[in-house]
Amino acid sequence: MKIMSGAVEKVIAGDVRTVARLIRDIDDKVPEVRETLKALYAHTGKAYVIGITGAPGVGKSTLVDQMVAHLRKEGKTVGVLAVDPTSPFTGGAILGDRIRMQRHSLDDGVFIRSLATRGHFGGLTQSTRSAIDVLDAMGRDVIIVETVGVGQDEVDVVKSAQTTVIMVIPGMGDDIQAIKAGILEVGDIFVINKADREGADKTLSELRLMIDMGQDKYHEGKWRPPILKVEAIFDKGVAELLEEIERHRKYLIGAGGPVLRRTKEKVREELAEMVKNRLIEEIFDALTESGEFEQAVEAILSGETDPYTACDDLIIPKLNRLKPTEGA
Amino acid sequence: MANRKLRVMVAKPGLDGHDRGARVIARAFRDAGYEVVYTGLHQTPEEIVQAAIQEDVDLIGLSSLAGAHMYLFPRVVELLKEQGVNDVAVCGGGIIPDEDVPKLKTAGIVEIFTPGTKLDDIVHWVEENIKPRAV
Repeated sequence: MKIMSGAVEKVIAGDVRTVARLIRDIDDKVPEVRETLKALYAHTGKAYVIGITGAPGVGKSTLVDQMVAHLRKEGKTVGVLAVDPTSPFTGGAILGDRIRMQRHSLDDGVFIRSLATRGHFGGLTQSTRSAIDVLDAMGRDVIIVETVGVGQDEVDVVKSAQTTVIMVIPGMGDDIQAIKAGILEVGDIFVINKADREGADKTLSELRLMIDMGQDKYHEGKWRPPILKVEAIFDKGVAELLEEIERHRKYLIGAGGPVLRRTKEKVREELAEMVKNRLIEEIFDALTESGEFEQAVEAILSGETDPYTACDDLIIPKLNRLKPTEGA
Repeated sequence: MANRKLRVMVAKPGLDGHDRGARVIARAFRDAGYEVVYTGLHQTPEEIVQAAIQEDVDLIGLSSLAGAHMYLFPRVVELLKEQGVNDVAVCGGGIIPDEDVPKLKTAGIVEIFTPGTKLDDIVHWVEENIKPRAV
């Protein structure tokens, strides 16, 4: 693994090619990558991670582009992870978030990477978190993660951010109802983009009502998610958004200590996720490689067995091997 | 299990406002199972090369319908070399006169696809000639 040798030092020194290749290796599940990530972990925890999510077309990439411009003016270095969906039919993906951000591509202080969801076993969350770690170790001050706000995986991704921004646009009507389950709860800041369009104020009051319905969460000095009207394409309201993010950061520091990604809750959640994914991956890989999985598929098709029995037969021997103390 | 997926960048260098072709190609690559990064219009060779490095792609597909391919395409190859990138292939397509094709190939563009080329043929060419970086 000649690429991996010295990778840790190169990442810490901010070497773009090494970082780019490491993220690819993470995505492609190259096993050696784990050693590099282990060594890099000690160098993480300094970056501030902002998650941005919302339905397709609400203007996430355009907003990220403007935020990057503002952050660069403040002299901060930025990493962007833009996640787009993988086609469930072909496994391919068109990653187009860069189109809105290309003006930053010659700026050494900005690293932009497009990621595809790929969609196996919640692997997105894992690989995106690892990519965040890499950009963090690389020394980026701010890391922005952009995902399409549909599905549990995407919600989990933005949950690993310190500040989560949820974007909507006016006139979504009942769609706002649709986002309230699951995603409304994770929003620290809400942005109504394209706020020059008709219905922005109505959207604002609807959102305000829905957020404040969970008000037991927000009393006694708890964070009450602000709602901002933004026109990202004209850079209107973007500075205000960054001020709110800063205000939220200060609130978090006041509430939970300075190392924000390492609150007990987040560490527990991330580790649980990691164990779960790794377990599934190892067992599934073993079953596929040994051919047992395909045999089971054939057995079900030929009527020899049923999926429930097949599942027991596949998994139980593996699980028994995992608990050597029992019955020993 | 390690599973390399081919990553391809489709880029529009120079002052050329027509990207229907590039989008169709991007779509064909997606349908072939690749991860396709599309840069959008009006890119300089410098921007394309930096983006390709950050995205760690295996292939850059350049599209030009505006006649400046003899400068833009070789410049991308040159910049890759300057940056020490020797494992990213460059191919091109668009309105390109036949007599320019050998010159572009000499300049390091691996293949040129001109109007009328079937999408399947392009994808087949990629399958045959471009392998994702070894694990």
